[in-house]
Formats: sequence, C-alpha cells, structure tokens
Amino acid sequence: MAESYPEDLRYHPDHDWARVEGDEAVFGITWYAQDALGEVVFFDPPKVGASVTKDQAYAEVESVKAVSDVFAPLSGEILAVNEGLSDGPETINADPYGEGWLVRVKLSDPGELDSLLDVNAYRDLLKS
Amino acid sequence: MFHRHRAAGGRVVPFAGWEMPVQYEGIRQEHLAVRRGAGVFDVSHMGQIETGGPAAEAFLQQILSNDVTKLADGGAQYSLLCRHDGGVLDDLFTYRIGDRFLTVTNASNHARDHTWFTEQAAAFDVEIGDARDRYAMLAVQGPQARGIVARLADGELPGRMRTATLPVAGSECLVCGTGYTGEDGVELLIAPEDAAGVWDALLAEGVTPAGLGARDTLRLEACFHLYGNDLSVDRTPIEAGLGWCCKLDTGFIGADALQDATPAETLVPFAFTGPGIPRQGNGVQTEAGPGTVSSGTLSPCLDTGIGMAYVPLGAAPPGTQIEVDVRGKMRAAEVREKPLYSKS
Repeated sequence: MAESYPEDLRYHPDHDWARVEGDEAVFGITWYAQDALGEVVFFDPPKVGASVTKDQAYAEVESVKAVSDVFAPLSGEILAVNEGLSDGPETINADPYGEGWLVRVKLSDPGELDSLLDVNAYRDLLKS
Repeated sequence: MFHRHRAAGGRVVPFAGWEMPVQYEGIRQEHLAVRRGAGVFDVSHMGQIETGGPAAEAFLQQILSNDVTKLADGGAQYSLLCRHDGGVLDDLFTYRIGDRFLTVTNASNHARDHTWFTEQAAAFDVEIGDARDRYAMLAVQGPQARGIVARLADGELPGRMRTATLPVAGSECLVCGTGYTGEDGVELLIAPEDAAGVWDALLAEGVTPAGLGARDTLRLEACFHLYGNDLSVDRTPIEAGLGWCCKLDTGFIGADALQDATPAETLVPFAFTGPGIPRQGNGVQTEAGPGTVSSGTLSPCLDTGIGMAYVPLGAAPPGTQIEVDVRGKMRAAEVREKPLYSKS
C-alpha cells in the first residue's frame, strides 16, 4: 500500500499507533515502521491478560533480516491479540492500520493519551 | 553501480567501506527468484589478490589449506587461510589462470589477508598484487542463470568449478562456474567501468536483482559458512566442519595445530520445529551442554527458522533435539543434515 497516516489515530514517536475507542484501544505499527522493517515474517504477540506499559516493548516483529521491538503507545491490559498474524504476518505490511492491527488493550490511564502525537505532529517527526 | 541499485529500488547500506545493496523488492521474493529462475548479486565488495612468479604454487600450498597442486589450469578451489594456531583468517576461492592465481577474499578481511599474504611471501620468489580495484564482481545464480548468461556470452561457458575468459554482453569477463547460493550459476569478474552495462544486459534478459539479504538466506539454506558468523580466528576448520578442504599432509600453516587438536564443539545445521527465528548469538541448550547460534534466519523455502550453531559433539548427530534461547524464549529445534534445503 502507499504511504499513509490516518487522521483518526494517535501516534507514538517509536512509530506505533493507537486507535482509542472509549476506554479501550487498538495498537499497531505505522506505515513508516513496516516499510523500514521490510516484509514481516513473524509476529510474537503478548499473552491475553498481560499488562503493557506506555513506552515499553510488549511484542516483537521480525523481518527475514532483523527483529524489532514494538512499543506500547499507552498503558493497559491485553484484551485480545490479532490471531490472524500467526499465519499471515505479512498482513502488517499490506494493511498496517486495518487487518494488520496487533493487539486490543483495556486502558489503565486514559490521561496518557495527551502525550501522543496527532497526525500532523507525527508527519513533522518523520520529516525531521 | 550505485545508481543502478537505486534505479532497481534497492536499499543501499554501508558495509566494510562499500555502499552495498541489501535488498530490492524484498528478501523473500529475491530468494525465491534465485531458487526458481535467476538472480544477480553485485558482490563487487569482495576483494581479489593476485599471486604470480615462479614459486606461486609452492607459496599458496604453504598458506592455503587445500591441496593447490590439485588445482588445474582454469580451475577453482575452495580453501581456508589459517594462522599457525589453526584459527581461520578467511575462507577463499582461488582460481588458477595460466601462470597466475587469483584469490577472492571477503571484503572485511581483504586488508588483513593481503598483509598476511605479503608477510608470508618473504621467503618465496612470488609477486603478490592487490587486484581489488581491477574487478567488479556479479554473481548470476539460479537454475536459469547459465542459460541466460550463455545467450549474452560469445563462447562456451565454463563448467562447475572452472573458469574461462569470454566477452559477456560485449565486455571481457573472467567467467567462473562458482557461487554461494546452492544453485548452479556463474560469477563474472569484470572491469569496474563495464559492470553497469553487463548488469543492464542481465536485467533486460529477466534476471532479478538480488541483494545481500537474500544472499545470506540462500547460503544458510545451503549450509555455506559466512566469515564473521560461522568462521573466525577463534574457531578451527575442524570445529567448523571444513576438514574436507584441509589437506594436512601438505604442511600448510596451521596444519600442525589441527593435527593435534581434539575439538569439543562442532558446527551443526538446525531447524526450528515450532515458531520463532534464531539469530546469531542466541544460546543453545542440549543434553550434552550449552552451545551458541552462529547464523540464523527464517528460511524462505522451508518457511521455518533455520540456522547453524556450535554445539558439544554429543549433540551433533542429526535428529538431536535442542532448544534455542531467543531473547528469553526457549524455542524447540532439531539438528539436521546438510544442506538444510536441497532441490528434491
């Protein structure tokens, strides 16, 4: 897919996104992150029920050549992981904001949202 | 060549002082193109050392591990360059071309190799030349590689492990029936100013540009060693499973040390039996004791994690179950036969 950054998402400077829905959020990695990584061949998800902490690694994505930590844009508890990625991790490349979502999280501190970037600030970060 | 790599969509990164293409379309696609069709790698970062003079054969017999007297005119031979203690300085292909020899070095070892050649040559009537700047090098590999190069060549291609000097796409090339992918193919040594034209001609014939990322996954499926991963000055050829190219009775430098050595570890190929991807440096647990992964990746052909690891001798037999510590997660793996992938 072509480079894009949806306006309804909030962004973490480590190239992760969060789509907040009430007191829950879906996390994933941005177009920039998947492009830099190359074809994703393995996603190692966290366990449902595990706690994640903002700015801390909670999962790994691997290309053939390299492994990358995935950082939590917000804190909370894992409600669900994208099971489809175990057989089709390349979906992260094909559709990073849709079918390539990584985890759904119950947020523990919705106030953290204020520290994330909006799309314009994230685009500025990519340009700098 | 740099602009050709950019034009083909390549990601170019610095490596050993060179700007090298790691990937173009994607490692997996390039890997499969080489296994099914033909791919071309720019390996111009590799160095060349030329050895000539009356004592050239005797000199190389002294420093290379293989039996250089068995290397016929127009032939190619794989060997190791060892220190006196048996530690491996480099792994090398040497070609005999008339009364001279051309030895291809790994980029990151070239300067050290050249110094070693020069120092050891003091007692011999030989001339050692650094030929690195005289050659660009393109590896054309895959089941269709020979057929495509043959169409561009004016003359008959050399057989496997043989060389010939021929025009390819109008440029004089040293064509070598060698490669490091586990596929048939040729390597072309060309004057640097001619390389872009030959590259363009290969791509026009449908050859897929392939980067160093795919070169690494291909060589690992074939269980070929990579210096810096599977070979180092801290490992002997015997530990690395390369005793077959060490002819101890030639008395090469390092042979005495190897004669007496009884290694505790050996290099084995392995494949994961579950999820995960092994990486260089991961710890290994076996019933015979711990080991270390020297190379690891995801195999595009087997679609599973594969690698090579140094393990205690007791864990070496194929079929041995081992565990690899991938950043804190123990992953199940099995020692396999070489090669990890072969055409059925």
